[in-house]
Amino acid sequence: MRHLLTTEGLPREQALAILDVAEDMAEVATRAVPKLPTLRGRTVANVFFEDSTRTRLSFETAAKRLSADVITFSAKGSSVSKGESLKDTTQTIAAMGIDAVVLRHSASGAAEVLAASDWIDAAVVNAGDGTHQHPTQGLLDAYTLRKALHGDASRGRDLDGVRVAIVGDILHSRVARSNVWLLATLGAQIHLVGPRTLLPVGVETWPVTVGTDLDEVIAQRPDAIMMLRVQQERMHAAYFPHEREYANAWGLGDERLARLPADTIVMHPGPMNRGLEISARAADSPRSVILDQVANGVSIRMAVLYLVLSGSDTREVAV
Amino acid sequence: MTTVLIRGAQLPDGSATELLIEGGVIAERGSGLSRSGATVVDADGLVALPGLVDLHTHLREPGFEQSETVLTGTRAAAAGGFTAVHAMANTSPVADTAGVVEQVASLGAQHGYATVRPIGAVTVGLAGERLAEIGAMARSRAAVRVFSDDGKCVHDALLMRRALEYVATFDGVIAQHAQEPRLTEGAQMNEGALSSELGLAGWPAVAEEAIVARDVLLADAVGARLHVCHLSTAGSVEVVRWAKARGIRVTAEVTPHHLLLTEQLVADAAAPYLPRYDARFKVNPPLRRDEDVLALRAALADGTIDIVATDHAPHPIETKECAWQEASFGMVGLESALSVVQAAMVDTGLIGWADVARVLSRVPAEIGRLDGYDAPFEVGSPAHLTLVDPAGRRTFGTDALHGKGVNSPYLGRELPGRVVATLHAGVPTVLDGELRDASEVSRG
Repeated sequence: MRHLLTTEGLPREQALAILDVAEDMAEVATRAVPKLPTLRGRTVANVFFEDSTRTRLSFETAAKRLSADVITFSAKGSSVSKGESLKDTTQTIAAMGIDAVVLRHSASGAAEVLAASDWIDAAVVNAGDGTHQHPTQGLLDAYTLRKALHGDASRGRDLDGVRVAIVGDILHSRVARSNVWLLATLGAQIHLVGPRTLLPVGVETWPVTVGTDLDEVIAQRPDAIMMLRVQQERMHAAYFPHEREYANAWGLGDERLARLPADTIVMHPGPMNRGLEISARAADSPRSVILDQVANGVSIRMAVLYLVLSGSDTREVAV
Repeated sequence: MTTVLIRGAQLPDGSATELLIEGGVIAERGSGLSRSGATVVDADGLVALPGLVDLHTHLREPGFEQSETVLTGTRAAAAGGFTAVHAMANTSPVADTAGVVEQVASLGAQHGYATVRPIGAVTVGLAGERLAEIGAMARSRAAVRVFSDDGKCVHDALLMRRALEYVATFDGVIAQHAQEPRLTEGAQMNEGALSSELGLAGWPAVAEEAIVARDVLLADAVGARLHVCHLSTAGSVEVVRWAKARGIRVTAEVTPHHLLLTEQLVADAAAPYLPRYDARFKVNPPLRRDEDVLALRAALADGTIDIVATDHAPHPIETKECAWQEASFGMVGLESALSVVQAAMVDTGLIGWADVARVLSRVPAEIGRLDGYDAPFEVGSPAHLTLVDPAGRRTFGTDALHGKGVNSPYLGRELPGRVVATLHAGVPTVLDGELRDASEVSRG
């Protein structure tokens, strides 16, 4: 594949191929020397216009496990604050000779704009664009779900009939958008839950069901419940009265945790607000796969970097 | 002074005549006209329209000359068949004093491509806090009659009320940019399923409609006239229709792009191979839905919407060559306006050329209190006119653009109609489809 920009429109076979390659990559991590020579001599540039230590470290680890060289550009603060432009930054880094750009940007569509432009030739991997997409997050969540349900027999399996509840700030969440399109493609049934103020206008056109009552969702015994982070800047913007009311209505507290079926897995893309959208007990419970998500993120990003750089698959992933 | 003889043009009412233009006015009309030394224009098959009048143009000078100047903007205007433009006040310094508006008007007069009528700011610095020197601008040599904070909404209800009352003293009008600021904080495109999918902050229709509704009620309460800029939603149309039925003195404009383009251009589900997030389609107010476009067309045809105005908004390349959220709002529109109106309104059978003359010349001139456009083609009237070849079709490209901006949403699109000649006060600014040199047009 040439780029990875969005999970929307990502063909099922392509998605499964990424997940299966990630299975191979996960095995590498268990070796004494967890490293492959595959991308030796290739250079991956992490271009982060928006701070994200976790995602940057995950991509960096993935690239290094494949023996690629990694350079990192971190723009301090927001790129919207009229610093160097997306075009100039990426062209400057491309001029140093790079094979892939891993782009994190605060503006929705930035990765697509870069990929569609003639500014650079390198492959573009979207590492989060505004409130639009974070495709490797969707992929690692799909991988984690598949692993939790099918274990070692995951390879080649999709998520047919798997019931996933995504809870919280759907409106501003690129994690939710990435998951919705990908999980739907893989056959999962997705239910979105949150206050009306944080559900997007037109969400009824998405391949999901939508509600506002978390307890109703728990009563329906979902296979997985994914709690989204409540961003600090939403707290005082009239989306909900205050943190306690949010936690009471849409937080996965101890009491709700107790009502969840034992085999329902608890997911969170991190970083968590413990005590707000998720209690410490829920985060640390045996049902929580939150750290598995982090580990699986490295495997997924290895798979994606491998596929965009090895040229083993020339099919367009999207757009 | 140039003498021009136009043969065989069809007037907007369908009749054909010859026109002799001399001394800046229509000197004779009829058949069998001749004058030695006259520039003869063969207008067989062409439609003669009165010179087009734009009530909403951003000329950017002073202050933003990298985007446009009075000269380049009026060249673009002439190329599009316009003979008068109203220059918006959001320059630097803002056109909120007599000095600035007089400077802009005199630059226009000197270059000669089009009459430049400055629009004065409603509030000092467009800050929405206190009234600008409306009286001084009205009494200045620029004789300002239209006042607008365009780009920003006069959102303070008390200030809007006072402004409506105060401009009435000078037979002026407030042209409101209807955008409730709190409902559109960070807004990027029309609010709907598409904005949600793309992760772009939504611009709800109600943010426009709520201000239009409030303002027509204010205009009614104080008995003043109100002009609403760039209507973009079906709901705004309904409010204006209601207000007119009630006898409220409101006029409304629509831009060419809101008559033709929709939000689907941000991401066309039917054409997934097209790049998404192309900032050429980012504009304020945003492109809306199909049903809004159809409502706007119907409203223009039935007179609910009075005029078409371009909102010509040139921007330098770098402000569009970036991520959507970082891009400037706006499109250039002077050169394409007539073609787009033909495509959206004439070729669809909704209106005829007489209506085009009304919505693009006579009524905008009336709203702006601009003389010389009430009796076009009558002997003695100023010779502001444009000749259009409605049968011409062209793939719209940058070669059609004559201002500094290339941020046109129509590049690569086939559009009908072509401006063959434009005369501003008897002086050809466009002949044989070519813009004439500044030296041939300049008034010194």
